[in-house]
Amino acid sequence: MTVSHPELVARVEQARRDGDWSPVTGALPYARFLGLDAGLYEGELRTRLRFSPPLVGNTSIPALHGGTLAALLECAAIFQLLAEMETVVLPKTINVTVDYMRSGRAVDTWAKATVARLGRRVASVHAVAWQEDRRVEVASATGHFLVLGRGEEP
Amino acid sequence: MSTPTPPSKSQVLAVMTHAFRDGVPHNAALGLELVDVGPGEGHATMRLPYAEALVGDPATGVLHGGAISSLIDATCGAAVFMKLARPLAIATLDLRIDYLKPATPGLAVLARAETIKLTRNVGFVRALAYHEDPADPIAAAAATFMIGTRGTSVAQRATPPRSAETEHGGQGGGAT
Repeated sequence: MTVSHPELVARVEQARRDGDWSPVTGALPYARFLGLDAGLYEGELRTRLRFSPPLVGNTSIPALHGGTLAALLECAAIFQLLAEMETVVLPKTINVTVDYMRSGRAVDTWAKATVARLGRRVASVHAVAWQEDRRVEVASATGHFLVLGRGEEP
Repeated sequence: MSTPTPPSKSQVLAVMTHAFRDGVPHNAALGLELVDVGPGEGHATMRLPYAEALVGDPATGVLHGGAISSLIDATCGAAVFMKLARPLAIATLDLRIDYLKPATPGLAVLARAETIKLTRNVGFVRALAYHEDPADPIAAAAATFMIGTRGTSVAQRATPPRSAETEHGGQGGGAT
């Protein structure tokens, strides 16, 4: 399935209105590959990585591959930006730093991102990931994203 | 008892290729392939084939940063293994990736990682991702790994265990 930018923009605008981000995540092949979805839970936008055996990096624990947690956190940051920006520009990742606190076990993982600063050109976003217990962070990330075109003439 | 001959580079590549693909389900899911190793030197190169399932922007076909993150994390872990004197379980402590330019749709991405310092507890790694020319990189990364964590190392899962020393607890992390 190929989704054009205008269609993706329409889906983001719809998701902002009704809080259901599945039409957005469903349009992103890599999100489908990982098993990512996003939606409003307890009044906040959360991204979920549904556990599946292909996400495992270490079979002896077993533990999620570090790359899947990085992807979850980066996606959560981008969805949060898409939710908060007044226009739809696709944020481009400048960099992401991921801190791994504990191994991700073989269960679903949740992430919540917070926009620390939304500037004219760049946004700084922090995201945390947890599993059963929100207070126990599995990993966190800080990322910088180019948001060129936000509120400017195209 | 005679000193065992160190395995050749091609032997190490064969064992690690098997270990990093069949011993790490997510590497297999991505189609990651180990293409070069530097046993003792602490470097490794892995290849991520282009796949439509890994696209982040459906309008352009550019790979998602998350797939590049997994490639770089795996390659950095492999580079640490290539510096270890014996197989120990390791876990990513942190990983910073600068995305320098979008990957070109349709092309495989390579990552080369080098362990610049290994201590008893921590491995420090630098990596570049690129298509063909490391001088024209797609992403640059710095990572640190905890050495001797919980679980068995990827190499031990592929080969008969040589040591029982890796079962002690440690800080968990992104498992490699």
